[in-house]
Amino acid sequence: MYKTKDGKEIFVLDGHTHFWDGSPENQSNVHGKQFIDCFYAYHTNLSPEEELWEKSKFEKYSEDDIYRDLFVDGPNDMAIIQTTVLRDFYKNGFGNLERANEMARRHPERFIVNGSFDPRDGEKALEYIHFMKETYDIQGVKMYTAEWNGDSKGWALNDPAAYKCFELCDKLGIRNIHVHKGPTIIPLSKDAFSVGDVDYAATDFQNLNWIVEHCGLPRLDDFCWIATQETNVYAGLAVAMPFIHSRPRYFGEVMAELLWWVGEDKILFGSDYAIWTPRWLVEKFMDYQIPDDISAERGGVQLTDEVKEKILGLNAAKLYDIDVGAKMAELAGAPVRIAAE
Amino acid sequence: MLVANLKAELETEVWQSLDAVTDPELDEPVTDMGFIERIEVTDAKTVKIEFRLPTYWCSPNFAFLMAFGIRREVTSLPWVVEAEVRLNDHCFGEKVNEGVNSGRAYHDIFAEYCDGAKLDEVIGTFLAKAYDRRQETVLLGLQAQGQRPAGIVAMTLAELREVVFTGEEELRQLPRYMDLLAVQGLATDPDDLAFPTWEGQEIDARDLEEHLAKLRSTRINMEFNGALCRGLAKTRYKEVEIGPEGPMLIDFIAGRVPPREKAVATG
Repeated sequence: MYKTKDGKEIFVLDGHTHFWDGSPENQSNVHGKQFIDCFYAYHTNLSPEEELWEKSKFEKYSEDDIYRDLFVDGPNDMAIIQTTVLRDFYKNGFGNLERANEMARRHPERFIVNGSFDPRDGEKALEYIHFMKETYDIQGVKMYTAEWNGDSKGWALNDPAAYKCFELCDKLGIRNIHVHKGPTIIPLSKDAFSVGDVDYAATDFQNLNWIVEHCGLPRLDDFCWIATQETNVYAGLAVAMPFIHSRPRYFGEVMAELLWWVGEDKILFGSDYAIWTPRWLVEKFMDYQIPDDISAERGGVQLTDEVKEKILGLNAAKLYDIDVGAKMAELAGAPVRIAAE
Repeated sequence: MLVANLKAELETEVWQSLDAVTDPELDEPVTDMGFIERIEVTDAKTVKIEFRLPTYWCSPNFAFLMAFGIRREVTSLPWVVEAEVRLNDHCFGEKVNEGVNSGRAYHDIFAEYCDGAKLDEVIGTFLAKAYDRRQETVLLGLQAQGQRPAGIVAMTLAELREVVFTGEEELRQLPRYMDLLAVQGLATDPDDLAFPTWEGQEIDARDLEEHLAKLRSTRINMEFNGALCRGLAKTRYKEVEIGPEGPMLIDFIAGRVPPREKAVATG
């Protein structure tokens, strides 16, 4: 929970967090090493200096670390764990649904753990979706379209095999599809970061919510056009958020674009923990205003307190059927603490 | 053995030739982006160039294009007989290096990795974005000079050539804009309109504002990506050490990536 200067309590639901293991022991090959190294470059490039972590902690952090960073030191009331498996790169997965659930079991009132599947697995993907629903009652999935799978170096949301999986998600009530567009490599004749497939999938699956993480970056412009046309497409702010520190004007321009094209009801906060920790992000966000000249060019859009409250938690709460008043009362009765400390 | 000052001179010439190679996604020269890591002229006709992208995962098709662009520019220098181009630390690096140094045409090599399809469509998409970004700078420059929409959309190429800009960004982008107009055949005669859309359409004065709004989205996206890429290129080989003053960034391959200024300064 974040408390404003005049005492108002703001519900914070962090829409994009990880509980990963990128340690050398878990890496299968150079790609696994390069993947966590790339995340670490994002961390070192865009964090304030006092928030930097050593590499070894960044590669693998503990259950206590995530709990402390999100809920004790951090303002989060709840967090969604997104599972990015990368099974060609990591022995037990970079993210691992079982491991994340085991961690989350300590504080089930605070975590939502999303699953994932690989449509290229065919029938097995469908079986796995059933398994995730029955075992963990998942409400959402994280789709990383750049995941390698043998000879395949990526897939698209409108592949026929993916449509079979989304049909099943729809049927089972797994409604929130978080999409992360990483670089799909083959065929080289296509734009590796294209968000065009979101357009098809969102049109064809109107019951599902398509949350495009990193607001489509590095294709923000293309994403905004799509989101304008589709009522069930949302923008996740992970990766855009830390620019609030390093490039506040760029952050203002991105927010103005999103508010103008996508709208204040369809933008979701995400820290992308552990790339960044939520405390400084939320503090800076609550203090932030879009510069007047930028706002003026986009019809005067502004991050008012009401808009910020929606982005920080209310919008995501709607997607995940969370009664915010009841949830805040429940959490007030179960204050955060770490047993070992 | 080359005399040291001749070697430095030739290396500077190579640096300068590489200003013509752009990152297709960002429309910025690879030299400005800090992607060029090493240039070595071994004798007066052989050059070796190494480059590195901000991450291991940067788009492989664009990595390909940049590698071939580097090769094209360097081999167009009259004294260069042999050029070796090497992309370091990239998920598709081996294939890029094998392809660019094979002497085969880029379309042949490329076709192997995309079922025979060509890259033209994606190149076109990004060229259109580059065009929009360059055009926006010039349009905003004219607006800032107090030019009205009707005058701007009716301006000819000859008239645009007469306009004097003073802003740094306008001065940088105007020749690049004119260049694309010519290369794409969008405006070639002095009487041609200076501001057609990428599709070659005239802009109605009443639509100029809406047109600018679209260009703005393109520019914001490109600037954002450019900022991210520059930052990642800078921190890619750094790690954090927690010292007495708190955390600090240490370059663990310091010295391996020479700053560009150094190479130019020796020239």
